[in-house]
This record gives sequence, structure tokens and C-alpha cells, in this order.
Amino acid sequence: MASPLLSATCDRRSVIRGVGSLAGLSVLGGLFPGWAMAGTAGAASGPGVLSGEHIRIAIGHGSVTLNGRSSHAVTANGTMPGPLIRLKEGQDVRLSVANGLKEDTSIHWHGLIVPFQYDGVPGISFPGIRAGETFDYRFPIRQAGTYWYHSHSNMQEAMGLFGPLVIDPAGVEPAPYDREHVILLSDWSSLHPHILLRKLKQMGGYFNRQKQDLKGLMAGRDQSLSERMEWGKMRMDPTDISDVTGSTYSYLINGHDTAGNWTGLFAPGERVRLRFINASAMTNFNVRLPGLAMTVVQADGQDVEPVETDEFQIGIAETYDVIVRPERAEAVAIIAEAIDRSGLCRATLSPQIGMVAPLVPLRERPLLVMKDMGMDMSGMDMGAGTLDLSAPVDAPAKGGGHATMKMRDKSVAPPSVRMGPGVATLSAAPADRMGDRPTGLETVDHRVLTYTDLRALVPGPDRRAPERELEVHLTANMERYMWSFDGVKLSEGAEPLAFRHNERVRVTLVNDTMMPHPIHLHGHFFELVNGADEKQPRKHTVNVLPGGKASFDLTADALGDWAFHCHMLLHMHAGMFRVVTVRPDVSKAEGAA
Amino acid sequence: MKRIATLLALPLLSIPLLAVAVPVQAQDHAGHAGHAAPDAPAAAPSPSTEATAAAPAEKPAPAAPGDHAADAYYDPAAMARARAALRYEAGGMPNSMLLIDRLEWRPGPGADGHAWEAEGWVGGDIDRFAFKTEGEGVIGGKVEQAEVQALWSRALDPWFNLQAGVRQDLAPEPRRTHAVVGIEGLAPYWFELEGQVFLSNKGEVTARAEASYDQRITQSLILQPAAELNISAQDVPELEMGPGFTSVELGMRLRYEIMREFAPYVGVHWERKLGRTADYARAEGENPGSLRFVAGVRFWF
Repeated sequence: MASPLLSATCDRRSVIRGVGSLAGLSVLGGLFPGWAMAGTAGAASGPGVLSGEHIRIAIGHGSVTLNGRSSHAVTANGTMPGPLIRLKEGQDVRLSVANGLKEDTSIHWHGLIVPFQYDGVPGISFPGIRAGETFDYRFPIRQAGTYWYHSHSNMQEAMGLFGPLVIDPAGVEPAPYDREHVILLSDWSSLHPHILLRKLKQMGGYFNRQKQDLKGLMAGRDQSLSERMEWGKMRMDPTDISDVTGSTYSYLINGHDTAGNWTGLFAPGERVRLRFINASAMTNFNVRLPGLAMTVVQADGQDVEPVETDEFQIGIAETYDVIVRPERAEAVAIIAEAIDRSGLCRATLSPQIGMVAPLVPLRERPLLVMKDMGMDMSGMDMGAGTLDLSAPVDAPAKGGGHATMKMRDKSVAPPSVRMGPGVATLSAAPADRMGDRPTGLETVDHRVLTYTDLRALVPGPDRRAPERELEVHLTANMERYMWSFDGVKLSEGAEPLAFRHNERVRVTLVNDTMMPHPIHLHGHFFELVNGADEKQPRKHTVNVLPGGKASFDLTADALGDWAFHCHMLLHMHAGMFRVVTVRPDVSKAEGAA
Repeated sequence: MKRIATLLALPLLSIPLLAVAVPVQAQDHAGHAGHAAPDAPAAAPSPSTEATAAAPAEKPAPAAPGDHAADAYYDPAAMARARAALRYEAGGMPNSMLLIDRLEWRPGPGADGHAWEAEGWVGGDIDRFAFKTEGEGVIGGKVEQAEVQALWSRALDPWFNLQAGVRQDLAPEPRRTHAVVGIEGLAPYWFELEGQVFLSNKGEVTARAEASYDQRITQSLILQPAAELNISAQDVPELEMGPGFTSVELGMRLRYEIMREFAPYVGVHWERKLGRTADYARAEGENPGSLRFVAGVRFWF
């Protein structure tokens, strides 16, 4: 295993003293754990890193100040983000979470394979942690990789209650490195998340300040008049890419905005492992280090065959580990740009403290096309010299114009989909978009990671063919701000998605909306059906591109009840949530009897 | 159908489910293929060697269980409370809105006028209580027309709501009370439409249709053309309303959203009484038509 060095280049304690005042610029009272402080030499251990058999986390109130504006945060051990929990594969752990709030709280260990009663979802895995109480989570650590933890109660996650969780492998590290940094992305609004949701219920496009307008039409920007008419006829907005945008959000890396300039140190020539975690409430990011290639070695904590890229999209709740090797003693920017390009955050990788990597300008806001509406007309909107490397081979060859395609044809969906005010559109011809470049990156002139680039480092443990198929539709009405699976909100008494223990099922998610949705299944890893055969990558969250579909194979190997939801926090809170049940196979039990 | 299947399956499920607690604990230590660590050697070869990308065979989905796994570990009453909270938080939270769409000053050749139009709602995504009010009058003088409506609003489809309730006229005299039924929503090409039919306590039937469109010039500057048409099924001399089309209103308002919730505007408002309604106005010495400059604010919260 590589030695994640504490610091060959500088003394950790002096670094922290040195930047204490700097950190205070963006967050009052130095609310940063050591791993997230600007100027950190690495994430291996030290202040703000919790390790061992018994870990204590105290949930409480805090305050975050960004752009001179102070607002309320919910913190773990007094910081936002929370402490880095660093564990070792094969150990047992007890995590004592003390609730210092006046309301219920909870911690979900995102991506960890745990007994369901310790999964941390109130109302599914346990009753929640009441005010003033302490709850002990106890489970063995049976995996390695980069994960995170967050509250699953009352939108506390959007108020800062999250942190990174890294598990070192018991055996040899397959992707050795000389130094590592956790790069935790988040979004921060001074508005309470309940207010964000309320504004969107009142006006679906409330936060979108990049809509098409007459000024743009006159200047020849965006869609032509006839295209605008066509989209207007369907009551669809091609700029509807993110619900909550940079108009209210500050985008943060390790709790620092661009001005706060989080800085991680490196020595030229080192292999630096960056553990990217998207802990945002509502923001998918496009991530790049301008001028520096990244080698992706892990996705969602699971090792993948190293693949080099220049930019990747990280859906909310996904993690990607990349290795970079800056050769020169120059500052390198880490750019996390919101996919609707309403804002970005720049952090710095630097050979020494005090350097600031150059800021790049925001790129032009992308526009959705017909394919994002589930109308995959090969070439129709993707023409005009557009570089579309991603056209999947099995896309249906649609010769006819879209005039023949209906926006809301019930016959394209299974009977489980309930049509109602919450379903504005159904994708008439959803493409398998596993091989597509994600939203906004279709035409950038460098390499972009797609899901078909991901191949598991070792073959998956279950190579049975799926016994059955389950189709789940991601449904929405942006105008009413309604979000659901199969047209039914959890609050409407939605039936659980039931699985037999150890059955293998191919689940196909069909995105009937024009937004990418990062869909997360608790308690399991599933394998993306991306053409990699026995090396289908294992993930806990899949970002389903607009108007498209994505399939995964699931071995339902974890008995109990589990949460299954969109990780866009406000979508989840609007009802895009189901319970997944895994029960002993009754037919097998009968057969044995 | 599905519910019946679930109920039938309950007795069958109950026995193995009682045992869930034990296998769940055991699985931590049992050789659990799907949970093998990524760098551990793959578990014993699977029964089938088919490629995982093969098309799945058909097998029916199991019935949803009728129990809750966590009840075996925690106080079922506490779990029931938490489940209710989860349902509430995942789509069940009510919301509300109050929109003062127009609050405007209409300077005129004679006395300056004023007018308002507001609406609000409280409730869920499908069913809401809604109210509306509109009116106009002379600044410092009498209110010429004013009404309030209390409505139940129900989403019919993604775009339109059915609304039904009562309308109380506060002016002019004699005051009428009406039953209201109407439809409002968003039409193709982003037109806001509203149509209402009224039945008064005197048995008169009237109707109103409105349409508007928000043209964004920039992200904050919005031009809103709007039209309104009023219809009466009968002659109502005491309210100076003739049969057929009674009046038409056209407006053009340019607003600047200082913030989404607060926008001052300027514009023009033209209205004309029609048919016998116009005759009634002339008989009173009024001009049946008027064109006014307007200035006002639109705000909501």
C-alpha cells in the first residue's frame, strides 16, 4: 500500500496555525475541520479526522458566513462540512451520534453496506434520533473506498450536516498514491431549504435567471424563433437545467467558496489522489483541473480500471476518486462548475501556501435539445456540426419527425405509471444514454467521462442473468414543481418496490423529465448495464440523463427495508422517493417445506 | 387487483418475516456474495455463466410485504410516528402563496382611478383553497366594482385547475352573491388562461374570460399583454348590464422585477362597454370606453 504521507513538504501544525485567520474570512469561528482547512497537506489523519473503533459525533447548530452574510447551519462536531471519518476495511465500528438540536436528526452512511437497522433513515430503518438523545450505530466495515455521511432528517443535509467517510482497504491499494485530498463539493444558500422548496412550488422557474428572452433572440442567441415556438407549444423550457441555481447558491469546495480558495498542497511529481464527493443538496457539477489530466480510479467507492479524462460530471451523492500528477511547481485550479453554468467554485492545488490558481470564466449556459425530452431523433437537433460522440448504438432509429411523437402518450409507460397532474411528459423515445456525455458537456473540446468508460477493476460477484425486469419512471411537472416515481409521491401512500432476497433484477430507470436525476438505492451496490459485461461498474447512485434511460442489475442481497430516492434533496422532499423491501423468497421457502 | 394479491400473500409472508431479524444479523458474517469487498476475490462462480448483459427472463414481481422490517428492532409506535413524518416530508407538505398581481393607479381626465387584482392559495399539489379579489374605483371616492371569491381548486391535469366556490360582490349595489365554476391554467405557448361562469342569487348567469402572456425582454424586464371579456346571459337593468358581451378590457403592462417577488410597472389599460351595457353607460352620461395610463406594483410572497 502506498504511504499517504502526512507531509513531506511542510509541518502540519504550522500550516493550520498559518491559515487559521484565512479560514475565518469565509466562515465565522474557524468552522473547519483540519482536513478541510485551506493549506492542508493531506487527508490522511490529524485534527478533524476521526478513526478507531468508537467514533463520537455531536450534532448541533452553527453559523456560516459567505459573501458577508451569516446564516444558520446544522453541524457535526461544530463544523461544516463535518469531520472526516477514516476507517479500515475489516474493523468493527461504533458511531455514537448525539443530537444537540431541538428536533429529530439522523445520520445515513452513504454507500456503506450495513444492516438495515443502522442505515439511518427515519421512518424506514429506525425511528430517528430525538432531541437530546444519542444513538449508537454498530456495524462491521466490509468495504473500502470514498464515501460520505449526511442527515436524512428534515433537510438538515441542505443546512450543512454532511461529511466525508474514507475507508482504507485491508489489502493492497490498487491505485497507489503519494498524497491525497478530500474534495467535497456542496452548495450553500442563506435561504432555509424549506423556503427554497416553497419558492419553487409557487413558481417553478423561480431560481432560473438564464431563461431565453427577447434580447437574446434579437442578438441571435439561443433558439431560433421557430424553435422557441415549438418548445413553447409544448410548454417546455430548454433552459430548465437546474431548479436551484447560482442566483441563490454559493458553490463550495471543502466549505470554501472561490474567494475562500481552499488550497491543498502537493509536491511536483507526486501522485495526488483527489477524493471527490458531491454533497450538494441540489447541484450536479462538472469538474475539471484545467491543463491537467485526471485518471479516474474509483466511482462510488468501488475501484474501476484506471481511465484518463479531462472532465467529468458528478451527480449529487456520487463520488469519484481521481489521481493527478502535477509535474510543475505551479498552482493548479480545481473547477467545480454547476451544470447550468450559473456559478462555479475554484479551489487550488498548490506546491506552497499562498498561491492562487487562475479562475476560469463560466462557460455559456447549455440548452436542452429534443433528446433531453425523450425524443431521440437521430441527428435532428444534434446536427450542425455538433460533436456527438455519444450516440448509443442501440438507440432506436427514429426516422419520422417529432410531429408524430406525443408528449404524454400513456402507451409508452407500464401500467404502474399513474398519469395525473404530476406527470407533465412521458419520454416517447428514451435513449439509453449510458454512453452520452452528460448535460452541458456534449460539445466541449476535450475528453469527458461517460458511464461507458467505467469498468470495474474486478468482475462483479454475481454473474447470473437477471430473472426479471423492473421499469421505474422518473416523473415530474416542473410548473407545479411535482416530482415522483411512476407518477406517485411517497406521501400518496406509494407501494414499496418489492424484491425477493438474492434475486437478480434488471432495473431500468426511464427519465420522463428534462433534468438529470441522481438516483440512489440504499444498502446495495448495483451494476450499471453499460456494455462492460462482467466488469459492469458497481455504484450506489446513478445519474439518469434527461429524457433518457439507464439500466442496472441488482442482486437484492440485503434483507430489510431501504430507501430509494432522487438525491436532489428538494425532489426527494417533493415525493420522488420509494421504500425498497427485500424479503425472504416465499416460493423457495415453500419449495423447501 | 394488486391489493388483493397483497392481502392473500400476507399469511404466507408472515412466517418467514418473523425470522427476518435473525437472518439480517447473520448476514453480516455469512458469506454474502453480493457484499464481497471489491478487492476480495470474486465469490464462487455463479450458477449461470450467461453474460449479465443478456436480456432478462420474465418472472413476476413479488407482492409488496405488509410489514415493516424495522418494527422488529424498534418500538413499533415510534416507527409508525417516524413513517408518518417521512410521508409528510416526502410530498405531503402544504404550501401557500399570496399574489397581488395588480395594485395600480389610473390617472384620468377626471378623477384618478385605482384598481386591484389579487389571488392566493393554500394547500397541496392537487387540492387547494384559493381566493381571488378584484375591483376598481375612484381615489378618494367610491369603489365602483369589487368582489371576492372563495374557491376549492383541484388540479385536473398538469396544466389546468378546476375551481368552484362562491363570489361575493361588495360593489356595486345591489350586491350579488354568485356560485362560481371555472377553469384556469397554462395553455400551449405559455398563455395564462382563465374562464369563470357565475350564477347569481337572483338567477343571473354571467361569465368572464381572461388571458395573459409574459414576454421576457430581459431576465427582469417583462411585457405583459392581457385581455378580459365579460358576458351576460340576460339583461340586468339594475346593474346596468345588457345581454351578450358586456365589456372588453385590454392591457399592456411593462414590469421590472427588482426581485422576483416585487415588480413596479407602467402600462396602458383600455376598456369598453359593449352593446346595451354601453347604452346604459351613455344614458348615465358616461363614456362607454376609456384609455388610461396605469402605474402600479406587482408583488407576492
